[in-house]
Amino acid sequence: MKTSWIEAAAYEAHRLAATTHPADVRAALERSFEREAGELPRFVMQAIVENSRVAEQDQRPICADVGVMRMFVVAGNEARIESGFVGLEQAVRRATARVTRDLALRSNRVHPISRRNPGDNLGVFAPNVDYRFEPDADWVELIAVHKGGAFGSDFRMMVDGDGLNGVRKGLVDAIAEFGRRGLTCPPVIIGVGIGGTKDQAFGIAKQAAVLRTIGDRHPEPEIAGLEDELHELADSLGLGAMGYPGTGGYALDVHVEIAYTHSALTPLGIHQLCQAARRGVVRIHADGTLETRDAPSWFSDYSRRAGV
Amino acid sequence: MKIHRLAIPLAEQAVRRLRVGDVVFLEGKVHTGRALVYQHVLEQGHEMPLDPARVSNVQMHAAPAGQEESPGRYRISSIQATASFRYGRWVPEYVRRFGIRAVIGKGGMDAAIYRDVFARTGTVFLTTVGYGVAALYGRGVRGVDAVYWKDELGLPEAMWLIDTHDFGPFIVDGDCTGASLAEQAIDRINPRFEHAYRSLAPHVLKRMGEIDQSLEQEVIAGNAGRARDR
Repeated sequence: MKTSWIEAAAYEAHRLAATTHPADVRAALERSFEREAGELPRFVMQAIVENSRVAEQDQRPICADVGVMRMFVVAGNEARIESGFVGLEQAVRRATARVTRDLALRSNRVHPISRRNPGDNLGVFAPNVDYRFEPDADWVELIAVHKGGAFGSDFRMMVDGDGLNGVRKGLVDAIAEFGRRGLTCPPVIIGVGIGGTKDQAFGIAKQAAVLRTIGDRHPEPEIAGLEDELHELADSLGLGAMGYPGTGGYALDVHVEIAYTHSALTPLGIHQLCQAARRGVVRIHADGTLETRDAPSWFSDYSRRAGV
Repeated sequence: MKIHRLAIPLAEQAVRRLRVGDVVFLEGKVHTGRALVYQHVLEQGHEMPLDPARVSNVQMHAAPAGQEESPGRYRISSIQATASFRYGRWVPEYVRRFGIRAVIGKGGMDAAIYRDVFARTGTVFLTTVGYGVAALYGRGVRGVDAVYWKDELGLPEAMWLIDTHDFGPFIVDGDCTGASLAEQAIDRINPRFEHAYRSLAPHVLKRMGEIDQSLEQEVIAGNAGRARDR
């Protein structure tokens, strides 16, 4: 697999993320607009749906806040990259800088203390690159995600006695805190991470929010049922777009991921992905074909460690 | 919803007629600013590069998606506002000192600012809609007249002076009567949260500061003003 293919794929994944809503998100936003009966939130939903079309048509960023540009990499166990994974990371960095300039994306990454802005969305630990591996595959899939991050995330260390009630309350707390003024930019996609270690709970919650498609359900029926229940709970609060009272629904979907955890504890992570849900997926096949895909392959039976 | 099309500089009379929930489209020069601009002007005392009252009495809490195409020539692709509650400590002085008639932002600000400052100065808070409809607003930017303090503050945080046409839609969140659209919405929503909380026991392990279960509190700063009213 040539490094130039990877750079082209990384560039395309970022371009798609910045300018083009994934098909499942666009459709869900349109459904939310159709369901909305409140005058104010309906006006807002109309603008959201129109913005989605304008961004793709004009090749403008859906949102001016490019967030923190990052790349999730699904690497087939049989894939061979000519320059190795170091070459892949160099290609991802080059593509990030180029797409920033070409699409006039906001240069958003700054030094956290001096606030110095290098201007190309690169820096220390930037962009984030996360990996997972897939058996019996010879392709590499790049998933670009652009997401802001001030509002909507929450972490809480629950104990064994909190149970499902604690998950429900944690979700309502997160919405009360950041959703009521619309700071989360609803309608949102909510990711909930339950269990694992503290950092794992927060990590799988983020991945659940940004790397699954609308309507997708967890393979464990109990967890799938919890996803439906939490979605209903989030919508029962009556918040529409911008937090205005409405009927369109606060959440486009709720995705739950679990990880086996400490016997005394249940860490809980929550992420809310804004309506500008930006994700671009490009798979690089062994023969050099670049395939644009709607659904990311981040989660699989193997990645959840089933049968390993 | 009532729709207004207004030219910048905005006239006080036109601004005072606006009411929360009205829709506004703008035409003319808008300047941007976030924390670094406020600090640069109000704390470090740098002289304003333009006369806002005369040229651009609309300030937008925004760092646009834009690049310098060639030296001194800039392009904006998309633009929208950032959460405004962060600038609560600077907005009153900035508005008074420079005759600002409209602040374009996100999420509104503490209603105490509308009531105690904007009602006197004749200023409104216009919220961007949807939060993240930046391509739509990008179409309303005709060009970039100037970017001030790029080297000192960095390109996104610099003060951009943009020329707008059919720039909108914005919704009036705070008007000159001191009303706040966001607070009205929150007052209508809170009973739903109270209902949900009735069946949800508190977590066993509390966090520092988590002693008040009241929905009076919000994450935006200065909500004491809201509690004081009741």
